[in-house]
Order: sequence, then structure tokens, then C-alpha cells
Amino acid sequence: MTELERIAASRRAFLGMAGGAAAALSLTAGAARAQSRPAVKTKARIVIVGSGAGGTGMVNRLVDRLEGAEITLVDGRKQHLYQPGFTLIAAGLKPASYSVSGTGDWLPSGAKWVQEYAAGIDPVAQIVTTTGGTKLPYDYLIVATGLSLDWGGVEGFSLDMVGRNGIGAVYAGPDYAAATWKEMDDFTSRGGVGLFSRPATEMKCAGAPLKYTFIVDDYLRRKGTREKSQVIYASNNKALFSVPIVSEKLKLLFVDRGVDTRYDHVLKGIDASAKTATFKVAAQEVANPDGSKTQIPAREETIAFDFMNVIPPMRAPQVVRESGLSHSTKWLDQGWIEVDTATLRHVRYPNIFGLGDINGVPKGKTAASVKWHIPVVEDHLVADIAGSVGTATFNGYTSCPMITRIGRAMLVEFDYKDNLVPSFPGVIAPLEELWISWLMKEVALKPTYNAMLRGKA
Amino acid sequence: MKELTLETLIAVFEEIYGRGLFWTLVVLAGLITLGFAYVLIRDHQLSARRLVNAEIFAPLGAVGAVLFVLWFTNSKLGDIGGPIDWIIFAGIAIAGAGGLTIFMYTLQSILWPKKS
Repeated sequence: MTELERIAASRRAFLGMAGGAAAALSLTAGAARAQSRPAVKTKARIVIVGSGAGGTGMVNRLVDRLEGAEITLVDGRKQHLYQPGFTLIAAGLKPASYSVSGTGDWLPSGAKWVQEYAAGIDPVAQIVTTTGGTKLPYDYLIVATGLSLDWGGVEGFSLDMVGRNGIGAVYAGPDYAAATWKEMDDFTSRGGVGLFSRPATEMKCAGAPLKYTFIVDDYLRRKGTREKSQVIYASNNKALFSVPIVSEKLKLLFVDRGVDTRYDHVLKGIDASAKTATFKVAAQEVANPDGSKTQIPAREETIAFDFMNVIPPMRAPQVVRESGLSHSTKWLDQGWIEVDTATLRHVRYPNIFGLGDINGVPKGKTAASVKWHIPVVEDHLVADIAGSVGTATFNGYTSCPMITRIGRAMLVEFDYKDNLVPSFPGVIAPLEELWISWLMKEVALKPTYNAMLRGKA
Repeated sequence: MKELTLETLIAVFEEIYGRGLFWTLVVLAGLITLGFAYVLIRDHQLSARRLVNAEIFAPLGAVGAVLFVLWFTNSKLGDIGGPIDWIIFAGIAIAGAGGLTIFMYTLQSILWPKKS
């Protein structure tokens, strides 16, 4: 045995090596922390309206980046809702509590939380007024209110109908999603007509109505009731998804699953006791076999259902629509705020930024987009305060783990230009139904989301 | 995903298992690895007999790991789709097999140090 081998083989040397390695690791970690950017000193007053995914993630980043800033978060909601979990709750895979945590659990000590809703935003006087009358003057405002579900936009519908007569509403919240599961479980055991649709407005997670259709189809098959059932998907326009290549893939999958797809159908109202839904159907032109075309005028169509997932129109919250921040030429009935699509800075009020669903941008009302909004807004805001110019831009990134059955999904990621932008190119194919994409949705998504809330991802 | 750094990954795993359980698992895995390295250095050799004994448990580790992941993720074998799914699937099985083999080898070596 050589001298070197003897040293390596001795127990003392082994323990020494192990201890040394541990010390080296902790030193490396310490060095990594020390390398993070120094905080910018400022007295700026920053108000963040909304404590959802955007507001919470943002406040955790800002308290690290700024020193001495007066950061105030305004939101009366005591519960934080993990909205991507609603589909899993309504699929019977998770309990309602899966999506619920406390707003306060995520907030840092370096910011103030005003537990009231915003009642007014005055971008000229630079003041946010709360429902309790508190006036919060600001130097910078981040609008992260999320959006409002306009249940009144569906005639004859009210939320107390959910959980009875085959009526579900996955979007309405965790308890409603659980009630929807009860109805769906019952429906798929018996079979019948399952009716699904989406609103004609911009909406959060535009993939969710499709996912739920796939999941219901899967349950019907598992329970042996698919043959005696009809699954109808009524799309608001001529596509299934805003990204053409994804839309075409979904059409193929719907053909494969035997989904009866109807186009240009916009939900007008429902009759809960009769179990029917009425749709406004836009004028259509149908090509005949002989090459001629038949014009079908606009009409209303009533469809009977045994189970339906009601999704209402979605709009900016009233406080935002009344603030003068909304887009002046687009989405006039919806009120999304007029921000630069790349910097997310308001085009008329440079000290105001938009974060999340409230932004008037062509894509991205998802938590995945929020994850990309946060560093962009952070960069421009902190640069403004430090007297420099921000450079980060948002490219429209949106991610949609499109569940196609329990156990499989397509990890669809795209940008403003309808390009597919896969996170793992060549490894996870975006338009392929894969188990790994399901694993991501089921296991990794909530932890990633929570890490984002903490400002870590 | 915006950026996949080690810090992000650790944060994600902390959220999956909970901070306490995750670091307990990391420490446990680290201890088993250290234990394995310790007995190798102590004995100056890899005992073929112990290794063969330990390998008996490898299929158990493989099947156990796969069943656990399928159960934990509400999936079934039929959900395995494209090549990446098979790679992940094989990876889970190999990790389970390897992990249990190393654990059993280390356990034998520590419990019965003279018998080799």
C-alpha cells in the first residue's frame, strides 16, 4: 500500500474528508448568497393592489430588492387560492383544501398588508382608496387585482345552483369545484349529455374548459358509460384554442374522443330546472358537397344537458374599470388595463404597472405568465427607483398543461406570436400526450407556484 | 419555466415534501451514502457476497419506487406515452433498485462487520 492509499483508507482521513466537503459546501452556499444584488435604498411608497399570485410574488421580491421602501399590499381577501388546483379538485383528485391557504402566510414582514379591498384608484392624484376609506398615496402602483367572474352574464344562473341538477362551476372557487366533482361523479356513473363551453371574453386559463371536457370523457370511459353518453363542447368562435397549431391538435383529439364540437356558440343563459342551456350562435356559412354555400343566419340554440360546467364572461374588476386605467380602444366591454405588452408599464401613467390577469395583453392570463410578469415589473420598477433604465421584457409566455385524461397531458407553452416555446425542447414534446407532462401538473406545479409566491422562482 | 437553477429546484422540492421532510430525506440519503463509503473504506474492498445478498432486494426497490410514484400521482402503467416517459419510468425503477441495494449492503456491513 502506498502512503497516499494509506491516508485515504484510514477512518480518520475519511471523517476529515467528509467534514471538509461539508464545510466547502456551506462556504459555497454562503458565497452564492453574498453575490446577490445589493438592495436599492429608497423612500418610495409602493402600493400593490391584489394579493393573488402576482401581488404576493411581487411583494416578496420587492422587500429583498429595496431597502427603506414603504410597500403596502391592499386586499381584503384572507384566503389565498391556488387556482390551477381547481381542475384537480373538480376531477375528484384533490380535496377543496388543496387550493386554500392564508394570504398572510405568504407575506413578508417588510411590507404592510391593508386588509380591505380597493374601492378607488386615482392615477392622477396617485391615491388608492380602500373600502374602509383609508387613503393610500403612492409613488408607484402595481395593479394585480386579477379579474372578475361575471356570473350575472349568464341569464338564469346563480352560484347557489352549483352542486344540484347536474350544474357545476369549476372556476367559482374550491368549494364550488368540489361540488362540481360531486355532480360530475354522479353524471359519469349514469351517463347522459355532458355540456361544456367557454365565454367570448378573454379568460383566465383558456385551456381549463377543454381539460375538464377531456377529464369527464375519461371518467365516462373508466366507468363504462361513454357509449351511452354524448360529450358536447361549444366553442365561442371557430377555433378551440388561440394558438392555431394547438387548436388543430385539439380538434384531432376531440375527433379521437368522439367529442361533438360546436363552433360560434356563446352561452346566453341556462334553465336549471329544465336542465337546458341557450347559446347565441353566430351566422355561419356551410359548404355543400356540390361546391355551393349555404348561409345560416344568426340564431339561438337550446341544448339539453345532464351535466354542465358553467363558465361566465370575465372582466376587469369594477374598481379598475372605473379608474381610467382600462384600454381605450380594445376590450371595451372587459376593461383590461392599457399596458405596454413588453414592459407591462401603463402606457399613460408610467408609474403604474400591471401584473397578471388584469393586463390588456393578447396572451397570458395564467399563473405561468405571472411568473414571467414578476421579474419584468420588478426590473423596471427597481431600475426607475435606482435612476437607471429597465431592460427586461415579457414575450407573452403562457403555459398550459393540457390534461387529456387522468394520467396524461400536453405541456403547451407559447408566446405572443403563437410560437411554441417548449421549456424542454427535444425532451418534452409540446403536442404529445405524455405522462411526464401530467406529473408536472400534478406534482411539480403547485410547489413551483408556491416557490413563486415566496419570490424564489 | 423561467429559469431552472439549483435554488429553484430546492425550493420546488421543499414545497413538494415540506421543508422538514425534504431535508430529512436529503440527510438520510446523505447518511446512507456516507455509510456506504465508510464501509468500503473500512473494509478496503467491495464484498461480492454482501453485494449479491443486497441485490436480491433490487427488484423490490424498483417495483416499490414505481408503485409509489404511480400511486402518488394518480397514474397507471398505461399512461406511459412517449420515449421521455419510458426514460423517467426506467430512471425511477433504477433509482429504487440502486437505492435499496446500497442501503442493504451498508446495513449488512454495519450489522455484521466480521462476516464477509
